[in-house]
Amino acid sequence: MAELTGKYLVGVYDDDDTVLHAVPRLRKAGVKIKEVYSPFPIHGLDDALGHPRTRIGIAAFLFGLTGCCVALTLMIWTMGFDWPMIIGGKDSISIPNYIPITFELTVLFTAFGMVTTFFISNGLSPAAHNHKRFDVRSTDNKFVMAIDMGRNSMSEEEITRALKDSGAEEVNIRQF
Amino acid sequence: MASAHSIPSIEERFEFTSGAKRNLIIGGAVGVALIALGAYLAASGGGHHEVAHGAEHAASAIAHPTPENASKVHVTAEASHHVKGLGARIWANLWVNAVYFTGISVIGMFFISYNYLAQAGWSAVFKRIPEALPAFLPFTGIIMLITFFMGGHDLFHWTDSSLYEVGGPHYDPIIAGKQGFLNTPFFVIRLVLYFVLWYGMWRVIRNYSLQEDEIGGTELYDKSIRLGTAFLVVFGVTSSTSAWDFVMSIDTHWFSTMFGWYTLASWHVAGLAVITLTIVMLRERGYLRAVNSSHLRDLGKFVFAFSIFWTYVWFAQFLLIYYANMPEETIYYIERFRGYEGFFKAPFFITLILNFFLPFLILMTRDAKATHSILKVACWCVIIGHYMDFYTNIMPGTMGSSAGFGPLEWGFFVVFLCAFGYSVASQLEKANLIPRHHPMLEESLHHDIA
Repeated sequence: MAELTGKYLVGVYDDDDTVLHAVPRLRKAGVKIKEVYSPFPIHGLDDALGHPRTRIGIAAFLFGLTGCCVALTLMIWTMGFDWPMIIGGKDSISIPNYIPITFELTVLFTAFGMVTTFFISNGLSPAAHNHKRFDVRSTDNKFVMAIDMGRNSMSEEEITRALKDSGAEEVNIRQF
Repeated sequence: MASAHSIPSIEERFEFTSGAKRNLIIGGAVGVALIALGAYLAASGGGHHEVAHGAEHAASAIAHPTPENASKVHVTAEASHHVKGLGARIWANLWVNAVYFTGISVIGMFFISYNYLAQAGWSAVFKRIPEALPAFLPFTGIIMLITFFMGGHDLFHWTDSSLYEVGGPHYDPIIAGKQGFLNTPFFVIRLVLYFVLWYGMWRVIRNYSLQEDEIGGTELYDKSIRLGTAFLVVFGVTSSTSAWDFVMSIDTHWFSTMFGWYTLASWHVAGLAVITLTIVMLRERGYLRAVNSSHLRDLGKFVFAFSIFWTYVWFAQFLLIYYANMPEETIYYIERFRGYEGFFKAPFFITLILNFFLPFLILMTRDAKATHSILKVACWCVIIGHYMDFYTNIMPGTMGSSAGFGPLEWGFFVVFLCAFGYSVASQLEKANLIPRHHPMLEESLHHDIA
């Protein structure tokens, strides 16, 4: 996530249904919405906001492929070349024996890789302090819509009115 | 309830056009022609590898006289002196296809049953399609009975009565120990019982479903849940025992505790592929517009997931046997890897490619699962792949070195496929394509996984 700078209008809503219906209405009126923050996932919100679909699936596939290759390389090298051993009368390099561990490492790399990617792309990590928040109540009981004034040609008054009309309880200004 | 919520009703009749009928009949005729061609090629000794191969096996067993091999000698030697002919090959092909299409048909009942048990909403809109599959059961059941009575000796080693004569030249203590389960009367009783139970329970649930179209209400829905649950209990047992009977008992010495699961997994994913393919084909012909991309994506996920599940069970069975390395178990895979001049090696690996690698890669992305053309490719992969799966499970034990894979095999598959398609289409024609008054229909129409 790019660093937040500039001036934002923040609409605070009380109800998930209100915010879900406000999004298409505002977009139709020409307001460019940066993001909506919600205490829980709202079904259909991604489509309403028109966000491009996440590419984390592609990342997952690549992490999985990496894990698969690492596992096979590790086992083929250790068992076949570094210290060959015959176990259970099998060849030193016997692929069927390696499948369970290959599977495990594929899953492990995929899971850890996806979580790490998700944290990095969202600017989340245990070490990250000083988060810039639009409104802390979005983690509790409010639904918060952020509008980047730098990317909107409409005036502040117009957008504020549109937000209020669409059901926002309050409209605040945040400057980062 | 004060007022019943009105359930939307979508009128949609499937018409089994004369053109479609003609195409299926032409397909069947092509199958018959292929069978005739294959039979002609086989009868005129089409350069097949029908060498006295068992003798070589016996020789290698003598060369490595382990205790296990010693017991194998007389078995393989015995197998070698009757090279199986065209008749046996036809019975074996009938058996492979009958077992496979029995499985696909009964999976229709299995699918609606677990959807009822879970009170699933999403599947209500296309419920008629799985519901149409089990109508084919009597057909395969009768073919299996006929095949067993007329070709049983060619297919099932355990039907040889000389194996059970204590002290006789062919006495086999291992098979004799299984006589309590594997004997002709009990086998036939089980065979008939499976079909009566599966088909009978399907008839009842089908009647409930058709009645629901007329009178509505939730009473029939509740009854269907109870019946579906009962079927799952029945099928939980019979899916395993039928897999032992129909497939595993062919390799009479050998057994695998995973075999019931394995066959169920194979049947299940093939059945799901047939359901998905039928829906896609109906949509292409303008029907089932109420089935949206979320339904398709979930069906695609089903095929994707159960392809992986089949592979998981397949590999689990293989790995245990490979690792434990006990001769009486590994013989099963050795026959398929390099037995009979490596004849079954190609089908064995093609099975893995068609049933795992292709569906896994084809259906991996999100959009692929909702695209008609991609779903069709993946479903055909799975349908043909699991035919090959049953082929590799049944043929080595029945035909061995006399086995073939040519026009005869494809002909039988095509004939069964067309007959099955005819049966499904006739069933679809009998009722409104989208169930009326189904309590979950509204939910199903709004199915949205975003």
